[in-house]
Amino acid sequence: MSASLKRGLQAFDEVIDASVASFFSSCVHCGLCADACLFYTETGDPRYTPIYKLKPLQRYWNQHYTLGGKIASYLGLTTAVDDAELAEWQELIYNSCTLCGRCSMVCPVGNDLTAMIRKIREGMAAAGYAPEDLIAAAGRAVKIGSPMGVRLPALKAQAAHVEKDSGLEIPFDREGAEYMLLLSSMEIMNYPEYLEAVARIMKQAGKSWTLSSEAFEATNTGIQIGVSDIARTLVKRVVDAAEKLRVKTVISPECGHAYTAIRWDGPNLIGRPYPFEVLHILEVLEQFRLQGVLQLEGSESQRLTFHDPCQLVRRGGVIDPPRNLLRMVADNFVEMGDHGKMNWCCGAGGGVGANESAAELKMQAFQRKKRQISELGVDAVVTACANCRIQLEEGLEENEMDLPVLGLTELLAEHLPQREKGERG
Amino acid sequence: MEVEALLAWARGPGFEWALLIMFGGITLRLIEIATLGRKRDLSLPREGKGSGWRTIVSRFFSFPLLATTNVITYVAGYIFHLGLLIIIFFLVPHIEVWRGVLPFTWGGLPTTIIDLVTVLTMVAMGLLLFDRLTHPVKRLLSTAGDYLAWTVTFLPLLTGYCTYHHLFFDYSLLLALHILSVELLMVVFPFSKLIHALTTFSSRWFTGEQFGHKGVTS
Ligand code: SF4
Ligand code: SF4
Repeated sequence: MSASLKRGLQAFDEVIDASVASFFSSCVHCGLCADACLFYTETGDPRYTPIYKLKPLQRYWNQHYTLGGKIASYLGLTTAVDDAELAEWQELIYNSCTLCGRCSMVCPVGNDLTAMIRKIREGMAAAGYAPEDLIAAAGRAVKIGSPMGVRLPALKAQAAHVEKDSGLEIPFDREGAEYMLLLSSMEIMNYPEYLEAVARIMKQAGKSWTLSSEAFEATNTGIQIGVSDIARTLVKRVVDAAEKLRVKTVISPECGHAYTAIRWDGPNLIGRPYPFEVLHILEVLEQFRLQGVLQLEGSESQRLTFHDPCQLVRRGGVIDPPRNLLRMVADNFVEMGDHGKMNWCCGAGGGVGANESAAELKMQAFQRKKRQISELGVDAVVTACANCRIQLEEGLEENEMDLPVLGLTELLAEHLPQREKGERG
Repeated sequence: MEVEALLAWARGPGFEWALLIMFGGITLRLIEIATLGRKRDLSLPREGKGSGWRTIVSRFFSFPLLATTNVITYVAGYIFHLGLLIIIFFLVPHIEVWRGVLPFTWGGLPTTIIDLVTVLTMVAMGLLLFDRLTHPVKRLLSTAGDYLAWTVTFLPLLTGYCTYHHLFFDYSLLLALHILSVELLMVVFPFSKLIHALTTFSSRWFTGEQFGHKGVTS
């Protein structure tokens, strides 16, 4: 056995717990999870059935953690998991799963398939079968501080732009601020309006906030690729910065995976609860709304719908805030057929968007979202995740649908009363 | 005479062995699962209505969530599970067996109803087998274990039906075969996917707790 395969199987040992054993014991091979997964529904390829993606882990568990399986391997009735099998499964585990969580909602015996796919990635990465693009992104995240290679000077330059345009200050490293804002590289490079929107809303709400020059990026490639050590390093960076600045609340960027990584995985990775609170930007805005410090004026008359980022709804529990916030400014808001906790994924989460080898498949998977959107006849789609937004924009363009995709935070900021725009002076 | 001996063995030692293997096997499987343990979640829980208990109940009714193309799985799946429960617990001769092992008893359903339920259950299982052999997803997922589980579940229905209608063989032989087929089911139960009848509760609980921790009902 190669050393890398051994490491992979050791990682399997580490992730197998009572829940995994219960899940595998319970599966009745009914195939219903396939109907929940957009990679199966949009391609019709049965290999994209969620439980099938877990076959190497299921076989390993059976052979090492059940008496029947041990006897069967002893008698030579089953073959051990090997490099060839893992290599073959790479596509299934990384390219055709966005960790969207939909399959976990429908399995009749109650299996949390998504949690297991997250786990099997640990073994795949340890055995050297993670996609190259994700390995490279994870490397950049550790070394440079951002998976897209965005360094502090680039952020400072964007911040300077925003300051110039809006006349507002973008504070860095302000000790004792109430909020510490995290961003995703995608937001810094592709959607700098986001930073301006937050700055303006904070100003109106009269809240103190800051960015940290030591930890501004929240995308956690370690989680997506399945390397807990990297994930831990990235979370630790944020925790150290937040503790140093003594902030009360860390604000996760819109990016859904960044949110689940810092909010739900983080404390488990570093092995202790945080001394601060982590909220998604939409949760913060919802609090402002309830406190009455988010005052908006005017409303959108165009027909709008909201694309739920999976990691916010099913995997994150942020379901009502975007709706409450959107209704503040949208007269004509319509829901998609399956929305909220049963939404369909955009097709690019869980590292799929950053993985060039999945480029074609992710556009096929997008067909589901395309149908959902065309059914509604809307004028624009609102979402709250830069990663979903890129996929929606690319997908709509590729399908020749001329619809703008709006970020919810920016949309809200556009409705701040004019004087709040912080025009200089 | 040989038939009588077979029937006596099936009713006596055979049944005891089957019980022993079933309970021994279940204990082993549950220990295999439970001893793996689970790490405590250190993230701050969100208030919400989700919980393990809730998911245990809600997954009995998971069908409205999924606009599925696979109608057979849902419809035949419900019919055959409910059918089995009705037959096992509400056929008068079965209640007699339960009375032997439980300190309380209950009333049965008329045999004509049980008879109808048995036919429906067998038809549903036939459809599910057909679906398993033809649906691309199920065909890919299926292993020998799935067909074994199907067979040991179907045999008691078939032999029970034949016994009631005195089909093919003499009554005592049919009854002996029926009891033996149930014993086969009991022996296979812990070591096959049939164990889901128990582990589905732990699986739903784990998932429900995990989602509930995040404030999501599942
Ligand atoms: S839905 Fe659940 S029980 Fe059915 S095949 Fe998928 S994992 Fe197994
Ligand atoms: S998490 Fe989503 S993408 Fe992954 S297998 Fe489940 S349904 Fe498919």
